[in-house]
Amino acid sequence: MKIGESVPRSDGWSKVTGKEKYAADYYGPDFLWAGAKRAGIPHGRLLGIDAEGARKCPGVVSVLTHDDVPGPNRQGIVRQDQPVLVDGKIRRCGDAVALVLAHDRQTLKRAVDLVRLDVEPLPGVFDMEAALAADTPLVHEDWPSGNLLRHVAVSKGQGGKGLDLCDAIVEFYFETPRQEHAFLETQAGWAFSDEAGKIVIVASTQTPFRDRLEVAHALSLDANDVRVIAPYLGGAFGGKDGLTVQALLALAVLNSGGRPVKMWWDREESFRAGVKRLPGRMYYRLGARSDGRMTALACRLYFDGGPYAGLAGEIMTMAVEHAGGPYRIPHVQADGFCVYTNNPTGGPFRGFGVPQAAAAMEQAVDLLAEKLRMDPLELRMRNILVPGDRNCIGVAMVHSTSAGECLSALASHPLWKGREAWVRSAGPFKRRGIGVACLSHAMGYPKDVPDRAGAKIELTPVGTVRVYVGVSDMGQGNAATYLQIAGHMLDQDAERLELVLPDTERTLPCGSASASRCTYVYGNALIEAVAALRARILETASLLFPCAAGELALAPGCVLRRTTGETVPLSRISTALSDGRLVECFYQAPVAEEDSGIIYMGPHTIFSYGAHLARVEVDELTGAVEVTDYLAITDAGRIINPRLFEGQIEGAVAQGLGYALTESFAVEEGVILSASLATYTAPTALDVPDVASLAVGAAEETGPFGMKGAGEIAVSGPFPAVANGVAQAIGVRVKAGPLTAERLLLAGIDGTCDPKGPGP
Amino acid sequence: MKISFTLNGRATIIEADPGRRVIDLLREDLGLTGTKEACGTGECGACTILVDGESRLSCLMLAPQLEGRAITTIEGAAPDGRAASDVQEAFVSHGAVQCGFCTPGMVLAVYDLLKRDRAPGRARIREAISGNLCRCTGYGKIVDAVCAVVAERNRTGGRGQGNDR
Repeated sequence: MKIGESVPRSDGWSKVTGKEKYAADYYGPDFLWAGAKRAGIPHGRLLGIDAEGARKCPGVVSVLTHDDVPGPNRQGIVRQDQPVLVDGKIRRCGDAVALVLAHDRQTLKRAVDLVRLDVEPLPGVFDMEAALAADTPLVHEDWPSGNLLRHVAVSKGQGGKGLDLCDAIVEFYFETPRQEHAFLETQAGWAFSDEAGKIVIVASTQTPFRDRLEVAHALSLDANDVRVIAPYLGGAFGGKDGLTVQALLALAVLNSGGRPVKMWWDREESFRAGVKRLPGRMYYRLGARSDGRMTALACRLYFDGGPYAGLAGEIMTMAVEHAGGPYRIPHVQADGFCVYTNNPTGGPFRGFGVPQAAAAMEQAVDLLAEKLRMDPLELRMRNILVPGDRNCIGVAMVHSTSAGECLSALASHPLWKGREAWVRSAGPFKRRGIGVACLSHAMGYPKDVPDRAGAKIELTPVGTVRVYVGVSDMGQGNAATYLQIAGHMLDQDAERLELVLPDTERTLPCGSASASRCTYVYGNALIEAVAALRARILETASLLFPCAAGELALAPGCVLRRTTGETVPLSRISTALSDGRLVECFYQAPVAEEDSGIIYMGPHTIFSYGAHLARVEVDELTGAVEVTDYLAITDAGRIINPRLFEGQIEGAVAQGLGYALTESFAVEEGVILSASLATYTAPTALDVPDVASLAVGAAEETGPFGMKGAGEIAVSGPFPAVANGVAQAIGVRVKAGPLTAERLLLAGIDGTCDPKGPGP
Repeated sequence: MKISFTLNGRATIIEADPGRRVIDLLREDLGLTGTKEACGTGECGACTILVDGESRLSCLMLAPQLEGRAITTIEGAAPDGRAASDVQEAFVSHGAVQCGFCTPGMVLAVYDLLKRDRAPGRARIREAISGNLCRCTGYGKIVDAVCAVVAERNRTGGRGQGNDR
């Protein structure tokens, strides 16, 4: 259990033997099943709900509508604009309009189909730029800026005028697709009313503490009467950051006659009702001096947020903050527009806006290199942020900043050095190219949102160490990492360490499992708590022996007096400590020194970095792209568990490759066309190459054992790296992703394609 | 109707509706929630079980198809008297488990592969697990785990400790 070792994760055993219980795995003889009637049309006025047929169905307990929702019937994280059950207007096909409770799943499905909706269809808003036109229908009549959910503008130096100082300017337009999380465990949970009348919700959620407040608000409950428990999640990637089943389950429990209720969306409902990565449209103008110094960037970013705010405006803001990549650019004008539409709701997805911006920026950088007749890697190295530099919104890099080391490691890697011979040796009807991309990713919350977590640790009466974790583990292994930290600091082995997973009643508030923040912020709180417990243990042992504390060391299950070899068991120490065997510590992450006013919610201060390389082979006859090799170099500070770290990088690369090549959540006029895994193609084992992963860079001084966030950085690399490789291979740069065989073939291999697009 | 089969080595007789899906029967009626459902339409492999030693999708099977068969679910995948098989141990030690929701099905798909092929290479392993979606790992660590099992079995001459019945 040492820091820096690839300790096997503690939850591996229960998962690999099928014993781990996820939110979806609970059943009981008295459970009711809840299911939502979804709107099925993107925009309309709800005139009536005919639930008689469903109510008469044998086995149906009740059919609930907005009339049964106590309180404001509005949920949302920053702005509460989404009804739990539609009470006036339908704003997307996936809106929940009625909630059916039934004894079993078959009855539930039948009854949901029997609910009839009387809807007056309204003209919808489906295009993120057309949505802003004056005569367009409104998604929310009461929002002061119409369909513009949020606009963010950042100006630095001379702003867009800086382009006048440039010798070479490239214009580039790019569209990124809507991406579906496709986590394996679809949205699930169950809830019941406990003896005290409290509603207990066990859900697959990244945000147990925030859920509690959101549910309480939507249903006018006291937050103290709602308890949320989050078991291990079967994947989430941002798609469970916010309410899915929680408010519906709470509403169901209020009407279940005391019986527990389970809700588990099937794959189709998950696709239809769940949030997606926001599609983006990006207009870039990037300029440099003739010697390759990047000088000015002017860009406009449009993001389709769908009909509910969620975190869509914040995601677009993060894209603006990263619009200029990890480069030193003195003059910047970046404008972001997040737009309400009647398309599926946009929401958090690993990367949180950065993948969209990186897909555009890193292709623009390659175009600029081409224009300057410079090597694309050389151009990047020339402009890479170093400590002390200011990023594109003007924030000084005062923490670990090893982006340059990432690029250097890439430059000396055989996959880069051997590039020319490899490209030349393409077989018949194949073209080869090598693309690179350079990345940054902010960790944690922006300045105006306190980034806090509370750690609690206990030396139990039997002498084990119990870590109470209030931040979810959606699969990334942060919970196991906490045990590794505790085990390392207290010299305990895996058998003597226990976890309590997030439970608003038992664990301390920790914020969301998101933003690459989990191990950093909770880890820092935990280190403080463990250090305090360790000091108490040694102090108590020194009284029990008695001897000087300096003679003592912790060992598995005991305290050892090194001079004599005597031991005292930790169980005895626990008894002696009494209440002192529990330690609680809160940690709050540092914030940027720069003014909050430079960007909505304020800037970030700590960033991770990456440099990626993709070797791609394009089939001239079919347009199909194969990524034969992939290299991901990451600066995430020091690595606590190399195998878990690699897992994050490799998994993010696979998701990024899907984003680049095959994953497009098809929607036409608000109607979802890809509601199954047959029509939405996430990568299989045959579609992802072995990924070479390297960790480089300085320790992050503020991070637990020198680490900083690693969960998201790598997801942003594959799209631009592959696109740059494809452009090199076939001379085509398409205007929209994913880079499907069809799209490349239609673009015309070796054809000419105007990279400027429709604007700006 | 009455259905007789062997479940994880134990003779089992159950009363089930002939239209009941095997996955529901396992998870809801028998409490074996290690078998996961992630699509319900045969596209993701999470519900993989072994039927007479071969991998099958339990979301596409109906109860009567169990009649007379020997079924292995993840709960019965460890050899008798052991907590885990070599495949399961390798999954844990090589980082092939993240969220774990695909893991039970993935492990059983590997059992099927290793029964047919004692020395599969990486490409063959990738092909064999290509019906099982994993959204967390990017598959590399799963392939590493299987390679390690193959190497160890060939080194020791063991036919494997997997309980593939």
